[in-house]
Amino acid sequence: MAALTREETQNLIAEVLAIYPEKAKKDRAKHLMVNDRSLETAKKCITSNRKAVPGVMTIRGCAYAGSRGVCWGPIKDMIHISHGPVGCGMYSTMGRRHYMNGTTGADIFGTINVTSDFQERDIVFGGDKKLKAIIDELEKLFPLVKGYTIQSECPIGLIGDDIESVAKVKGAEIGKTIVPVRCEGFRGVSQSLGHHIANDSIRDWVLPTLDGDDSFETTPYDVNILADYNIGGDIWPSRMLLEEIGLRVISQVPGDGTLIEMQRSTKAKLNLLHCYRSMNYVSRHMEEKYGIPWMEYNLFGPTKIEASLRAIAERFDDQIKEGVERVLAKYKPQWQAVVDKYRPRLEGKKVMLYVGGLRPRHIIGAYEDLGMEVVGTGYEFAHNDDYDRTIKEMGDATLIYDDVTAYELDEFVKRLKPDLIGSGIKEKYQFQKMGFPFRQMHSWDYSGPYHGYDGFAIFARDMDMTLNNPCWKEIKAPWQRAAAPASVAA
Amino acid sequence: MPSVMVRRNEDGKLLFYVAKKDLEEVITAVERDTPEEWGGEVTLSDGETFYIDPISPPPTFPTTLRFKRVD
Ligand code: SF4
Repeated sequence: MAALTREETQNLIAEVLAIYPEKAKKDRAKHLMVNDRSLETAKKCITSNRKAVPGVMTIRGCAYAGSRGVCWGPIKDMIHISHGPVGCGMYSTMGRRHYMNGTTGADIFGTINVTSDFQERDIVFGGDKKLKAIIDELEKLFPLVKGYTIQSECPIGLIGDDIESVAKVKGAEIGKTIVPVRCEGFRGVSQSLGHHIANDSIRDWVLPTLDGDDSFETTPYDVNILADYNIGGDIWPSRMLLEEIGLRVISQVPGDGTLIEMQRSTKAKLNLLHCYRSMNYVSRHMEEKYGIPWMEYNLFGPTKIEASLRAIAERFDDQIKEGVERVLAKYKPQWQAVVDKYRPRLEGKKVMLYVGGLRPRHIIGAYEDLGMEVVGTGYEFAHNDDYDRTIKEMGDATLIYDDVTAYELDEFVKRLKPDLIGSGIKEKYQFQKMGFPFRQMHSWDYSGPYHGYDGFAIFARDMDMTLNNPCWKEIKAPWQRAAAPASVAA
Repeated sequence: MPSVMVRRNEDGKLLFYVAKKDLEEVITAVERDTPEEWGGEVTLSDGETFYIDPISPPPTFPTTLRFKRVD
């Protein structure tokens, strides 16, 4: 049961929108919906992937952020050059917490930020020469680096630099992979197009490199983990589970991944796609060109893990199916203990989410395993197909919001009064000051991993720790508390 | 003339996918679907129709093809 009835939720939307001018109201109304589980597609009820209304506060990023920060950033043995002025490099400071194993400067370079720091003269005379000089310099400083990506910031597209030719010439000269990525921030309406552009660059510059080379020994159980970004170490418990059921993970793209893994990913038997939004493009390409089928899966919480592992096993023989049953039986006591411990403390609590690519729907199951209910959810940069996948996960008459504005989210929270909010750093302090327990669900709030059984235990602990923290009782000043006990005269 | 990727979904039905348009719909009817050829007018689950000159022999899916919109 949702907190509100269908009608009440509809009224809530209308009330919140009432403050907007006519045109903005009409536009924003299309991005908000009351969930109806009987729907097959979300198309008629919610509009997504559109430009934000000027003047409202959106929390989207740009295409450069989607490529540099999200899709390419975690590839650890390459250096990703932020090509353009220095400021955009903010997206590469690893605030996202995509973890990587290795030694910086030897086999990982993810913690090193490189920018071409464009100045006026580079805008006037072009930056190609500078780009070549940077690559030469990096080759001297970090000879062990496996390759480079050139991540274009806005000015590169505006002045028409030819980064593709630099990539070709320099790549041939030093004998390494150099990938030019045309992910200028002005392309598209959000970081989502950056994912697509990054996918296309992987398709064009990385995947074909091992075409016709069969020296890599394959097995019938080879899979890729696609679009798990290893936030707080997420990919490690996922990989352990997959290996335990008998599969061989030959590449992690991109979480804690390497260039050679990316290249070898074309040799797998199945693509396991974690974040559909950000890497479905390359999965579709690999299905078409290399005949590798793909499937989505979800390793948040025991219910979804069980369903996902069984679905994965369906693609393989009995050996894997037995492996899955063995693993499910093995971990049952472990997660049951977690549920027994935390469910009584969290039962019936209401959650509101507003996150990015897959979490607004993927983590619902984990909350439900703890007896909690998600009463509102939404995406920053989703497309139609993401909402199609969300309808069935959410309860009837719950609220779904696309590219929600800061004002709308504030108002929805005030009215729905959730017991916990999960969103990003930009929302965190505002809601905490309003007295709502809050978890940062992009970077797991300096915690994680949350995937797999090991992750579920951490997830449950974190939610309990936040929600039942005694500090929330102290948010209101004593004289503002309604039912404060009469003070005893001294 | 959108460039369309046609692939099979889990139930074996054909899907019509246009990345740029965010369009992914099940193909409900194909005018000519025989062992010799595939194509003609194609109807999607949302009612839209597209046209492609019949291809012979039928293509293997998934594949990318160019369709024309039928109004
Ligand atoms: S929109 Fe352009 S200038 Fe702004 S951060 Fe993105 S790439 Fe840089």
